[in-house]
Parts: sequence; structure tokens; C-alpha cells
Amino acid sequence: MLEDHAKVIAVLKEAGEVIGRKKLQKIIYICKKLQFPFNEKYQFHFYGPYSEELTLRVEELCNLGLVTEVKESKGNYYQYKYAVTEEGNEFLGHYDFELPDLRQCISEINSQSSRFLELVSTILFFDRLTKEEVVEKVHTIKRKQNYSEDEIEQAYAFMEKLGC
Amino acid sequence: MLERLNEEKVFKDPVHRYIHVRYRLIWDLIGTKEFQRLRRVRQLGTTYLTFHGAEHSRFSHSLGVYEIVRRINEIFSQYEGWDEKNRLLSMCAALLHDVGHGPFSHSFEKVFNLDHEDFTRMVILGDTEINKVLRRVSDDFPLQVADVIAKTHDNKLVVSLISSQIDADRMDYLLRDAYFTGVSYGQFDIERILRVMRPGDDQIVIKQSGMHAVEDYIMSRYQMYWQIYFHPVTRSAEVILSKILHRAKVLFEQGYHFQHDPIHFYSLFKENISLEDFLKLDDSVVMFYFQIWQEEQDHILSDLCERFMNRRLFKYIEFNPMQQMNAWRELHDSFHEAGIDPDYYLVVDSSSDLPYDFYRPGEEEERLPIHLLKPGGDLRELSRESDVVEAISGKKRTDHKLYFPADFILEGNTDATRRIKSLLQID
Repeated sequence: MLEDHAKVIAVLKEAGEVIGRKKLQKIIYICKKLQFPFNEKYQFHFYGPYSEELTLRVEELCNLGLVTEVKESKGNYYQYKYAVTEEGNEFLGHYDFELPDLRQCISEINSQSSRFLELVSTILFFDRLTKEEVVEKVHTIKRKQNYSEDEIEQAYAFMEKLGC
Repeated sequence: MLERLNEEKVFKDPVHRYIHVRYRLIWDLIGTKEFQRLRRVRQLGTTYLTFHGAEHSRFSHSLGVYEIVRRINEIFSQYEGWDEKNRLLSMCAALLHDVGHGPFSHSFEKVFNLDHEDFTRMVILGDTEINKVLRRVSDDFPLQVADVIAKTHDNKLVVSLISSQIDADRMDYLLRDAYFTGVSYGQFDIERILRVMRPGDDQIVIKQSGMHAVEDYIMSRYQMYWQIYFHPVTRSAEVILSKILHRAKVLFEQGYHFQHDPIHFYSLFKENISLEDFLKLDDSVVMFYFQIWQEEQDHILSDLCERFMNRRLFKYIEFNPMQQMNAWRELHDSFHEAGIDPDYYLVVDSSSDLPYDFYRPGEEEERLPIHLLKPGGDLRELSRESDVVEAISGKKRTDHKLYFPADFILEGNTDATRRIKSLLQID
């Protein structure tokens, strides 16, 4: 029961704290692409891969008191911070799944900016294309983000380091 | 580029009154066998078991989305920069946006690890009648249409007509689903919304004066979710449907000998379904198997099919996973003891199992919200201007229910069933 919820808690626990909904979305997407067993369905949206299922799951975790959501005003917009509660840790104790390599990955991914993770997850979304085609795609559909060649190379290096 | 028909064709439609077809390309797309298949796929899956009118198909919804986009195109044609290329691309994408949906697609996708977006792409880009018709425009036109539907096309404005927080897809299904289920909520003034839409840089924006019409649309989304899409009885049918598919798959993996070869399911069971196999599936094919599986030797499969066919659905109680974790474990063990396999007969269903995109302003760059166009040209996010939308956006939108076959439990008279009755508080 609620194994998929428990996996999201496990990610947040390993991360300690995740700042930003966008970042959380991209972390889980990248983990999924790394073959960690996440079942949330993603679609491409304006800011890259996005899962409505994950949004609702996190909302459920907050409503159940397993995860805290702190809303901070940033002037024109709000930002949300997520962390696991004591009850969340207790809840996780009911599950015996092991995600042994997850800790290192989460920490690596969480230390990046959400702008960079948007780029990484966008590249991963088009993994059926050649690198040349992906770069062209990034430049056309992410025109406003104006990613530099250098950033794209960094994204590829980051993916290689993660084992994508 | 766009060959017009000698005479405009129309389809009578209960929601939009008429669907107007003026172009040969659209007419020919509707006539393809892949598009005609949508007549045999219900728009709302198992909802007909709760609202008997909900028998409408993905065919009628797809025509409806096309009609809305056609009308938006008429309005947008007065704006500079909105050219014939956009018109053609948006109308084809609107018509074909659901062409990769199979029967009861939510459960099928979950159990067999499928994605209708992959099939939509395959139908448009593969060796199909639809592909041949689209290629009459240009060799790369099918790819452009597929990219618009997948939201990966560089023309964000065209994408937003089909897929955004206020798009033709949602506007049609809300009105159509309300009409066919027979509910009185779910209505909003689409004429008004179309009149106040404006092409923005990356998406449609709404003139400030149209805010109240959009409030109605947001309210409709909210009401339809709780009253129709997430109706607990429909969820019960969906739970059973999903368990039937699970059971059939498990039996296949165990080498079970089905009385009738489920040939349409083999590639699904093996998770290597081809486009050709996929296009052979529709609601009728699936219902045929459910009908004959009622007589299978495996008592779990036959019982679940009998429940689905004859609407003997599971009962449910509200469930709080935090407070009832211990009860869950006890229930699980008691079900085993009573000989009722909990893997098939004890199911927690959460709102995230059937995700529905409520309107959420969210945070910056989470996803694009609805923007209102102020008289001076500034854009403001909808919930910052509308108290009604702000109030709905902050509502708790999650719940969990526990589904079980009450008849099995009430019939039993063992220690285990008595314990279950007490835990579930049924008698």
C-alpha cells in the first residue's frame, strides 16, 4: 500500500530538503531515467518534463502530515520547500525497499540549480534523438532559457557522471 | 496548401450544434481507419457504470476539440502573424490529439506500462492512413503535428491551443462530459471565453474583462472532478478493471491455459505491443474477453469479470493511511486467513492514482498558469486577480479510499471474517 508515496518520501529524506517544486519534479524525473523504480507519469510541459501525478502525490503526503511544505513569498511568486516529518520517517519504516545507490545521486542532483535540472531533464526527455538533434531541440523549444553551448556540455557531463 | 471541399460538410453535435469541415485534409483524416477506431473507445472509460449516459466516444470529443480550434482560428485570423500554417497545424493537432488512446486507457497504461502519447506519435508517424493523408501537406508535416500534440513543438502558441491550462481539449471534454453524464454543473460560457482569448507570446492569454467567464470554467473543472471524474463508484469499477488485467497477466506469466486464447492480449502481457496490435484493441474487444472470462476456471479472474460485467462493484470506506496503518496490516492478514486474496480484493485507491490537473497557480516555472491581459498590456496570473479562483486553488484536494468486496465478507462466518467486519465496521 502506498509504495509510490514511500519512494517519494525516501527521496526527500535523502535530499534533506528540496527547495522548489520545479526542482523536486526534475529530481524524480532524472531518478526515473536512471532506472530507479518511480512510477509517476511525466509529460513534456513548458518548463520541461512535468508529472501531475507527482504533484498530487506530494500534496497527499503534505495532507497526511508525512512531508512539510513551507511556502515563501519571493515578491512576484511563491517558492515551496519540502522536507520529511518525523511521522514521515516512521511511515518509511514500514517499507523495506532498498534504493542503495539513490543517496549519492540525490545529493548530486539536489545540489544543482533548477534551471540546470530543467536542461538535464529536457535532454533526457529527448534521449531517442542524436546529440546534435537534442542540442537543436534545446535551442528551439528552450529559446527563452537561452542555454549556452557550455551549459549543454555541462549537462551531458553531469549525466555521464550520474550514469545516464 | 489547403484544398477546400466543394461544399462545407457538417456533423451534428449535441455540444457545439455543428462541427464544420471545410478542408479536404480534415475530411480525409476523419475518414481514416485509425480515426474511425475512436468511435469504439469510450471517452470516460468506466464512468458509464455510474452515469449511464456516459457512452460518448473519443471520436465525438476529438471532433469537438477540432471545432473549438477551428473557431479560435477564425478569431485569430484577424491578428497579424497568425498564418495559414498555424491554422492547418492547430486544426490537425486538435483533431488527432487523442488518436493514441486505447480502451480504458488509464488502467491499461498502468498495468501494461503503456503511454498513449507514444501511440499517438506512432499513429501519426508510422505506416498508417493518417500519416499518408498528413504527408500530402509536406514530408515533415506529420512530425510537426506529432510535436504539437507532444508539446515539444517550438510554436508554443499553437501548442497552447491544444494543451494548456485553458485549452480546446479541456473546454470540449468538460462540456461534453457534463452533457452526456446529465449533470447540470460543468457549464461555462465558451462563446465568451473564445471572444476574450488573445494570442500571447507563448500562450493564449485572456482579456481582463473575460475573467468571470474563466472563473466559471475553473469552477467547472473543480466540480466535474469531484462529481464525475473521481466519483467513488467509478473508482470502484476502475479498481476491478485494473485487477482483472493484473490477474490475466499473472495467469499468463504462470502458464495458465485460458479456455479461449486471449490473442489480443498476448503482446500486452509481454509488454511488447506493436502499433498494429494496438490498433486492433477497442472497448468491444476488451468487453468480449471480460464476458468469456466469467467462465474461466480461475475463480479470481471469473469473479472479477462477473463483478465488472454485472456491476457488482466493491464497497468502500474512507481511509487514512496514517491513522489506519495497523488496521491495514491486520486486515491484510485477516483477508489471507479468510481465503480472500488481498492482492485482488483489498485496495487502497488514492487521488493521485487518477491525477487530474486542478488549476494551480503553483510557483514560478513549475508550469504555465492562466494569464489575464490587463488594459495596459501587463499580464497577471489569474488567482492574483480572482478571489474565486484563489479560494478554489487553496482547497484540500486529496483523499484515499479502501475498496473491498463486502458480499464476500458478509457471507463469511469465521473468526477472520468477523474480525474484518469489525475492522471495516460493516455488518
